[in-house]
Amino acid sequence: MSLLLEPTAEIIKEEKIYSQMGLTDEEFQMVENILGRLPNYTETGLFSVMWSEHCSYKNSKPLLKKFPVTGERVLQGPGEGAGIVDIGDGQAVAFKIESHNHPSAIEPYQGAATGVGGIIRDVFSMGARPIAVLNSLRFGELQTPRVKYLFEEVVAGIAGYGNCIGIPTVGGEVQFDASYDGNPLVNAMCVGLIDHKDIQKGQAKGVGNTVMYVGAKTGRDGIHGATFASEELSDSSDEKRPAVQVGDPFMEKLLLEACLELIKSDALIGIQDMGAAGLTSSSAEMASKAGSGIEMNLNLVPQRETGMTAYEMMLSESQERMLIVIEKGREQEIVDLFHKYDLDCVSVGHVTDDHNLRLLHNGEVVADVPVDALAEDAPVYYKPSSEPAYYREFKAMENVEPEVENLEETLNQLLQQPTIASKEWVYDQYDYQVRTNTVVAPGSDAAVLRIRGTEKALAMTTDCNSRYLYLDPEVGGKIAVAEAARNIVCSGGIPLAITDCLNFGNPEKPEIFWQMEKAVDGMSEACRELNTPVIGGNVSLYNETNGTAVYPTPVVGMVGLIENLSHITTQAFKKAGDLVYLIGKTNTEFGGSELQKLVHGRIFGQSPALDLETEKQRQQVLLQAIQQGLVQSAHDLAEGGLAVALAESVFGTNGLGVDVDTTGSAVTALFSETQSRFLVSVSAEQKEAFEAAVSDAVQIGTVTDSDTLVIRNEGNTVIQRSVKEYEKSWRGAISCLLN
Amino acid sequence: MKFAVIVFPGSNCDIDMYHAIKDELGEEVEYVWHDAEDLSGYDGILLPGGFSYGDYLRCGAIARFSNVMKEVVKAAGEGKPVLGVCNGFQILLEAGLLPGAMQRNTNLKFMCRTVGLRIENNETMFTNGFVPNETIKIPIAHGEGNYYCDDETYEQLKENGQIAFTYAGTNPNGSRGDIAGIINEKGNVLGMMPHPERAVDALLGSADGLKLFQSIVKHWRDSNVVTA
Repeated sequence: MSLLLEPTAEIIKEEKIYSQMGLTDEEFQMVENILGRLPNYTETGLFSVMWSEHCSYKNSKPLLKKFPVTGERVLQGPGEGAGIVDIGDGQAVAFKIESHNHPSAIEPYQGAATGVGGIIRDVFSMGARPIAVLNSLRFGELQTPRVKYLFEEVVAGIAGYGNCIGIPTVGGEVQFDASYDGNPLVNAMCVGLIDHKDIQKGQAKGVGNTVMYVGAKTGRDGIHGATFASEELSDSSDEKRPAVQVGDPFMEKLLLEACLELIKSDALIGIQDMGAAGLTSSSAEMASKAGSGIEMNLNLVPQRETGMTAYEMMLSESQERMLIVIEKGREQEIVDLFHKYDLDCVSVGHVTDDHNLRLLHNGEVVADVPVDALAEDAPVYYKPSSEPAYYREFKAMENVEPEVENLEETLNQLLQQPTIASKEWVYDQYDYQVRTNTVVAPGSDAAVLRIRGTEKALAMTTDCNSRYLYLDPEVGGKIAVAEAARNIVCSGGIPLAITDCLNFGNPEKPEIFWQMEKAVDGMSEACRELNTPVIGGNVSLYNETNGTAVYPTPVVGMVGLIENLSHITTQAFKKAGDLVYLIGKTNTEFGGSELQKLVHGRIFGQSPALDLETEKQRQQVLLQAIQQGLVQSAHDLAEGGLAVALAESVFGTNGLGVDVDTTGSAVTALFSETQSRFLVSVSAEQKEAFEAAVSDAVQIGTVTDSDTLVIRNEGNTVIQRSVKEYEKSWRGAISCLLN
Repeated sequence: MKFAVIVFPGSNCDIDMYHAIKDELGEEVEYVWHDAEDLSGYDGILLPGGFSYGDYLRCGAIARFSNVMKEVVKAAGEGKPVLGVCNGFQILLEAGLLPGAMQRNTNLKFMCRTVGLRIENNETMFTNGFVPNETIKIPIAHGEGNYYCDDETYEQLKENGQIAFTYAGTNPNGSRGDIAGIINEKGNVLGMMPHPERAVDALLGSADGLKLFQSIVKHWRDSNVVTA
């Protein structure tokens, strides 16, 4: 029995108890107007959680509308659990990325684990079989015990959940920068495979149909998680630990298999994950989308704890639960199906036609509110935007080369920067092979999974260089999309679509809102130009600690289609004697670069420029060359420029080396981060054919069997060091920093 | 030859095992749910990897009480080939079909990588297709693969040729005597941490594991050809 008495409607208003739940005075007034009366405690809770930024996107909606969301392959755009793209032969790929930043800052293992669990449910709630998980992580510099702890526990949490449920964690990225010190970013992406005929929707259709609750029992964990995710972190955030959910991957494995069996049943009308805002969002959204209502008796909800109130049950974010709507009269066969997996499956209510969410508890109506008011009518804010002073200052700076004395040693240091260094320490802990489809494992430009029973494969990646975005959010936003596409193209794939996770600071600050606005503009333009619509995603705002925001970090998750297994390409050089080509001209561009950070300890100036037309043209030409079998290896030039790309292409090749000659200033040639460039190797026999196909490729050297990395500049040797030595620095850097 | 892939709640390498047998080995195979009460229709029993019952309590400790395990013990007693991989190996240990126990990897972390395996005994029904001391490449993916047994057991394993595979090169998990896989005294039950079913297609990096399955089939054909 709960001994705490809930405050009355009058007290909620007088003492502004709603503001503790995250509602503003104006929002509370709106609720009052909608209902024509004062909301009670449970109802106030329903509105506060559904109108949180996390659920309603009230601050980001005007921006999200700018994204291109349609395309000839798009079967499902934003709005459902995951977006879906056609890949031919009656098959489609479903994918989505989501953040779990705030929980991970407080309780990193469970925060990360439940982030993975949640995104997997989003994908299988569409009816898709999850085939891969990726993640995009940001931490502070790997120097303080706290950051090391966060990093180790987040990785362990992702591994713990993904390995157990048996979905391979195949890729992603990890970057480190002081702006993430107190507020790490943990974004998880799941990719699923589905036959067109199996696509499900989260809709509560058909008056009288039965609403069933399946999966884990409801406990008091995660209450108000969505509201917590919509606040800035502070020193007292540890007190919010109870708002972090606890995951059970074994339960989710059972739920996954049961739900995939369920979608084959024609008794199923609708299905939705109980994610953020749990039972509230799943019921209100399913009814709202179907234009219906739902009545539920909360006494029937399977409960893990005794004496739970209606408020607690509706706001709990206990994991591994789904809400389903079943054709009336066929409940027993569904119960039997779930019992095979030892899972709870209980009828908790039915679909109504009055457009309300009506909740009964202990024989009384404890809430009765319009579903559209919860799901659709959250206020939308057009926040003021203002260009920050730093941007103007940086924009006015000239592009200059950082001063470098010893190029050979500088490359060694760059290879040890945690953002560039091998992430083997991370992915060694992930089962990236389970389900035996992983053709290209973590470590290349994109992960590649074959589609069993076909000659096709999928390439997938996540990308975002937030330093460029900080310097120039619009150009940086374009680069994030373009770089993801480069990774797909280098793997032999056609970029299909993206999902994005917009991680920003507090949108109520005009400078932060300006960053969001510009980033979305840049991303939208790149998506249009590269024909990769946005099919879904997530917004995570208030990523600030004690008033300081993270760098603007709109992570791009992209999936590409490889039409034939023979097109699969990796970044590693293949054999001695192959010719090494550079595609794209190099300019002096060091704003936000790894070299600038290394030399100056901070970033400033202009971000590298990007011309989308050039980008698109180069990607198309390179992809065609790959598809024609003219390319042995392909790698995009990213952090650390050409020198780092050469090193990465020669690592892991067991004894190969490379010898190239560059032109212009050595520092620029080696380390500039000019965009839209590729490093490609080609068999000597295919020289003519390749050069004819890729007219702007310039041969800069050859792959050797010498185990030495040789870089010349205007004929003079500027780097000549054993590959093994460089590789040791690169491979060991992260574990070295952790010990 | 007809194989059963036993599926426990939480098994997750069942599909890999199934396809290795069906697509690459070309033999008959069926999934068998953990509550099955009869395995008499199968010639070989495969216990796949994964996290049966979430690895709660201890890896394999709950699965070994599954209904089907009585039948697995019976099949082992009849001399049928029984192969447990990763979590399947852990279940065989818990069920007492193989001696010893598992501890967490010495680095206390899950690890996924491809390792070298040395064939220590090529005269078993699982390894007859390999040459003595052959080194093959097979992936591992486990958090508790640090095999342990007491001195007496270890000596017996060595003496009886029950050590089928050892790690070649670096021992990834700290297992006693670099042990990666062992067989029972009778020679028809094999438990191993590495995943041969993940190494049956060169497209995914290695096809070295296929020989293990081919060995089982060869042995079965050789011993059944007369009665057939």
